[in-house]
Formats: sequence, structure tokens, C-alpha cells
Amino acid sequence: MLFLIFISSGLLLGWSLGSNDAANIFGTAVGSRMISFRRAAWIASIFVVLGAVFQGRGASETLTGLGEVDALGGAFTVALFAGFTVFLMTRARLPVSTSQAVVGAILGWTFFTGSDTDYSVLTKIVSTWVSGPVLGMIFAAILYILLRKTLRRTKIHVIKLDTYIRIALIMAGAFGAYSLGANNIANVMGVFVPSAPDILLNFGIFFFFFFFAVGIFTYSERVMQTVGRGILALTPEAAFIVVLAQALVLFLFSSIRFSEMLMAIGLPPLPLVPVSSTQVVIGAVLGIGLVKGAREIKIKTLSGVALGWIITPITAGIFTFFALFFVQNVFGIAVTKQVPAEIIEMPAIEAEPSMLADVAQQINMVLPGLLILSMAIIVLLVYLFFRLQKKRLKTENELLTHQNQYFNAQKALNDMEINAIQMENTMLSNQLEIKRQEYNNILLNISDQKKFLESVSEQISRLIGEKDLEKRDRELKALSARLKQRMSFAREIDDFYGKIEQTHRDFIVKLTERFPDLTEKEKRLAILLRLNLSSKEIATLMNISTKSAEIARYRLRKKIGLKERANVHEFLTNL
Amino acid sequence: MKPFKHANKSIELIDNFLNTIDRGAIIFKEGVKNYLYGNRENFVDNLKTLSALETDADIYRRKVENILYTQSLMPQLRGDIMRLLEELDNTIDLAKKSLFQFDVEVPKIPAELNQDFVKLSELSAAAIESVVPAARAYFRSPELVKEKIHRVYLYEKEADKLADSIKRRVFQELPIEKLSEKFHLRYFTLHIENLSDAAERVADVLSIMAIKRTT
Repeated sequence: MLFLIFISSGLLLGWSLGSNDAANIFGTAVGSRMISFRRAAWIASIFVVLGAVFQGRGASETLTGLGEVDALGGAFTVALFAGFTVFLMTRARLPVSTSQAVVGAILGWTFFTGSDTDYSVLTKIVSTWVSGPVLGMIFAAILYILLRKTLRRTKIHVIKLDTYIRIALIMAGAFGAYSLGANNIANVMGVFVPSAPDILLNFGIFFFFFFFAVGIFTYSERVMQTVGRGILALTPEAAFIVVLAQALVLFLFSSIRFSEMLMAIGLPPLPLVPVSSTQVVIGAVLGIGLVKGAREIKIKTLSGVALGWIITPITAGIFTFFALFFVQNVFGIAVTKQVPAEIIEMPAIEAEPSMLADVAQQINMVLPGLLILSMAIIVLLVYLFFRLQKKRLKTENELLTHQNQYFNAQKALNDMEINAIQMENTMLSNQLEIKRQEYNNILLNISDQKKFLESVSEQISRLIGEKDLEKRDRELKALSARLKQRMSFAREIDDFYGKIEQTHRDFIVKLTERFPDLTEKEKRLAILLRLNLSSKEIATLMNISTKSAEIARYRLRKKIGLKERANVHEFLTNL
Repeated sequence: MKPFKHANKSIELIDNFLNTIDRGAIIFKEGVKNYLYGNRENFVDNLKTLSALETDADIYRRKVENILYTQSLMPQLRGDIMRLLEELDNTIDLAKKSLFQFDVEVPKIPAELNQDFVKLSELSAAAIESVVPAARAYFRSPELVKEKIHRVYLYEKEADKLADSIKRRVFQELPIEKLSEKFHLRYFTLHIENLSDAAERVADVLSIMAIKRTT
């Protein structure tokens, strides 16, 4: 039970790592809004675990070499106050390194217990606090220049480029998270490995991962925003470079194979130290800022970050030192197996790796892994079941809404159709009425004509038998005058104009507006011309000679200002 | 490939949108020419085509907006891109409105001004026609935008000068009796001139966007 309480401080450290260091991996991607926070959190959680499981060995050895916290009480205090310092810094919105806090806390422990501090290891670790960001800066600057050149040459459409960068960001972020897992897992392993029993350590490590993920989900968003926007407003391309540079640096500092490769070609190996992702990210952002011309770098935020780097290890060290005093003297818990204040020669770091590697290899994650995995599967299945139900209900609802909308639309359509039919009916009955009137008129006309012709025939018959020549001549003249009068078709023509004016009402309005000087006769002529009638037909309808019709037409053309070649019919049609 | 489905679709829509704006400018100047020389039928045709193009441009713009926001494409640039498309859409809107005003208000334009009006509409249309390639360049090679937009500024300046000269002639030289007719002519000069101003606004937006992408 006591052990569980002790290991809870490790969980706090895990939470701090998640909320702070892991946040930096996707900080620029989330800050530039290329990846949603949720997606970033999932990828980071999964790949950090993978990195820690598959490659998280080398770096923990170096950290243990700094000072072997050999009692669980000590390890508890070291982890608790390292985590607490990170928490304080994160609350102050300062991107801070968990590695620095852990190193500071371990140093606090060594000072308190009077153990020897291995200064060569300390120098090695502190040198990475400088070399990490510097490497990040160099990588980022080179990669950024290369990317800019490539983009300028390839001329990719900006929208396509966005998709490419999104994919690249996810891949680089996953790589970064993997490297972080491989590198930073040492922060907690380094503290607990020497003192904790193996089986509980296995479970502890698993819970540590869990709290790591909780840290990412609960508290990393704020840090991501500071990293992503605080120092320099990053474009998506720059965000990708930062993530990639950081992943590369973290990978180099945790890859045993790379160190061996450097040694093989005669170069000094990179120390396998838990470097701070925060520092590397800030170095990378600075590298890009320098390529861009260093004008946009916000010095104020940067100096705050630098201050955090100095304060973190000191604060963690002081906190741990005083806390150890209380833990040992007030609670009576052993913080070390050594005799206090007695200087005991620490075994050299070169002698340790084989033993520590053995300890590290004993960590068996299969049992807790299976347990947690099966629990996760059950939770996932239940969640999926409920989600499926919810989705089905939603789909059914949507279907019903659609059907309702469809019915309503159809009803509206039917109403419209009924209205249209009614309108058509009204129009047809109107037309029928007009036709009926027309037939009546024709009928009246026929009977009128018949009456007239009968009277003419009667008069002619009478005149045939007339003996008085003078009287016959007079009556014949009268008859001729009657016939001529009848031939003018005045009423029919009036009827014709009446109808035609009705059908061309719009045209007459337009004509009057455009040419207000036109007389009634000229307007009638314009209508006849619009109907494309010949001069002869016009002459008949206007009861004038063909020549007069042509003259009237010429005058109309002049009055409406028509050019010589222009077609009067076309002009009047387009009016 | 699925991740590129939306990207390809929005690229296609933006290309169509830019083609529509380009065609709109051509139709506008044809419409003004037809109105001035009394080709009523052709003018009505131009009006209908321009109206259809304007509707198409609106549809394309909305579709692009929809894809960019629902698929969270280009979170940093989409605001700028949508503003660019809105400003471009504004040019075709103005062109359509202006041509409709010719149809509705039927301004009496003295024959002496026909040539000037044709030239003014050509200059305004040229400003739009030059801003379209600049907008295309922004998407693929933003460093070329600057050398493309200087033409827009040139055409806009020329259109301004010509519009001033038309207004001066209307109010000081031509024997137009009614003040209402003079005002009418001034408004129509302004309507056409506004197109080149709209093109200039697009160019301004573009130049800032290009700077953002190149630095």
C-alpha cells in the first residue's frame, strides 16, 4: 500500500511529462491549426508508449548514473517535487523541461544524502541542455531552407500543399512522439528503477503511461498554444519543420545505434540523455525565425522561456532538498540506504550499464498489458455499441425528417399545380368568351351583309323594270354611292384596329414613351409595319392608295430617326 | 486518393470560379458596346449570360467555402482565400448590376461619348482580366503575384482618368440641356469606373496575401 502511495508521485511526474513535454511535439501543429488537439493527443499518447517500450533503454542508464536514488522514500520525494515544479511552471504558462526538473531533484537528493555527484554525468546532461536546442535550431534552419526551395520549384497548389503538410505533420508528429517516449521515459525510470520491486514497477510504469496520456489530454493544450504561437507565428510548413527537427534530435539522443555509428567513424558519441523536447522545439522555432530574418521573434516570450530553464532545476533541487528533510525527520521514512552524511564512493558510471540494463530488462509489461488491454477492449465495445445505437436513432430521425420534408414539398407542388390548372381554366374560359363574342359579331355581320345585299338585289330588280330613265339613273347613282360607302369596311377596320391594339398594348406604350410626337395614324402604321405587312396591304387597311402608304412609311422612318439601311420591321420588333 | 479528394475538388471549383470572373469581364464590355450601338438583341443576350455567370460564380464560391470550412482545409489561409474570392465575386456582381442599370434606366448617351464609354468599359474589364491571372498565380507561385498585379493598377488609373474626362465633357462641353441627363451620364460613368476600383481592391488583398505566403 505504502508502495502505491510512493509510486503515485511517479504518476504525477508522468502527468507533468504528458502535459508539458509531449505537448511540445504537436504544439506547433496545433498552434497553426493544422491538426486538431484531440487527434494530436491520441497520436502522441500512442506513439510515446511505443517509443518507450521499443527503444526506451539507453537514456535511463545515464540518468541513473547521476545519482542512484536507492530508497523508495527518496524516489517518491524526488519524483513528487520534480512533478510539482513542472506543474508550477506549466501553470505560469512557461514551457519547461521535465528532464531539468528531474535532474534538479536528483541533485537535491544527492546533496541531502551527501552522496557523490558524478560531475562528468552532470556535465554530460547539462551540455545537452545547450546542444539539444542548438541541434534543433540547425536542423530546423537547414530543413526549412530545403523545403522552401523545393516548394518554389514544384509549384504545388496551395490547397494540395495543405493536405501534403497535414499528412507529413501527422507522420513527423508520430515519429516525434515515438522518440520522446524512447528518450523521456528515462525521467521516471531513472528515479524508480534502483529502488522499486519489479512486479509493482511493471504496473507502475503502465499507470505512468496512463497518466502520461491523461496529462496530454487535460493540460497540454495551453502549453501547445504557447509553443505554437508564443515565440513566432508559424506557417504550416514551418510547423512541420519544427516537429521533424525535434523528432530527429530526440531520436539521435536516444538511439544507441547512432551513438555506436558515431564512435565507429571516430567521432565522440552523443550522450544518451533525456533531453527536453521543450528546449529542442524552441531551438527549432528560433532556427526558422533566423532563416526568416529574426524580425518576428518575440524576445519577451523567449526570455521568459530561458528564465524557466534556469529556475526549473534550481527550484526542483531546493524543493527536494527541504522535502527530504521533512520526509526523513518528521515522517521517519528512509530516503536512502546509505548512512546519512557519510560519503560513500559511488560506483563509476562505466561499471553500471550492464547491471542497470539487467534491471531495465526485467520490467515485464505483458501481464499488466493484457489486463489493461482487455479492459480497454471491453470499454471500447460498450462505447461502440452505444454509439451505434445513437447513430441508428439519428439516421432514423433524419429519414423521418426527410420524408416529412418530401411530403410537404409534394403537397406544395400539388397546390401549385392545382393553382396553375385553375388559372389555365380561367384563361380558357376568358378566351372562350372572346371567341363567342367574335362568332356573334360574325353572325351579326353576316346577317347585316345579307340584309344589305338583299336590299341591293331588290333595288336592282326594281330598276330593271323601271321605265323612267331619269329616275333609273338617279337611283342607280344612289345605289353606286351606297355600295362605295359600304366598300370602305369602316366598321371592320375599326374592329381590326381595336383587336390589334389590344394585343400590341405593350408595344404602343413603349412607342409612345420613346416617340411621344407620333400621331394616332402613325402609331397604327407602326403596328402594321411591325406585323410585316406589305405597302399594298397597308394601303387597303388604311383606306389609302399604295403610293400614299409608301410616303407615310417614309415619314415614319424619318420621325423615328431610322438610318437609311436599317430595317424598319426589325427596329419595331426589337423596340 | 481519398485525402486529396476535397483538395482536388476545391482546386477545380476555384479554377471554374476564376474562369467565370474572366468571362464575366468580357461579356460586360461586349454588353456596353452593344447597348451603345443599339444592338438590342445582342445586349439582352449579354445581360442574360452575365446574369447566369454571376449566379455560377456565387455557387462556386459557396461550394469552395463549404469544403474549406467543413473539411478544415488551410486553417490559416482560408480566411484570406475566402476574402479574395468574395472580392472577385464583387467584381462580377458590380458588372451585372451595371449592365442591368443600362437595361432598366436606358440612359441617353450622346453619340459623341460612345467611343469614350466603350474605352472606359474596356479599361475596367482589362483591370479585371489582369487580376484573374494574378489570383491564379497566388495559389501556385505566390512570388509571381507582384509582377502580375501592376497591370491592374495601371488600368485602374487609366480608367479613373478617362472617367474624369467623360464627366468633364458631360458637364462642361456637350450641349446637354437637362441637368437630370447630365447626372444620369455621370452615374453611368461611375458605375463602369467602379469595376476597375473593385479590381484594384482585389489586387490589394492579393498583394498582402502573397507577402504572407512568401516571407
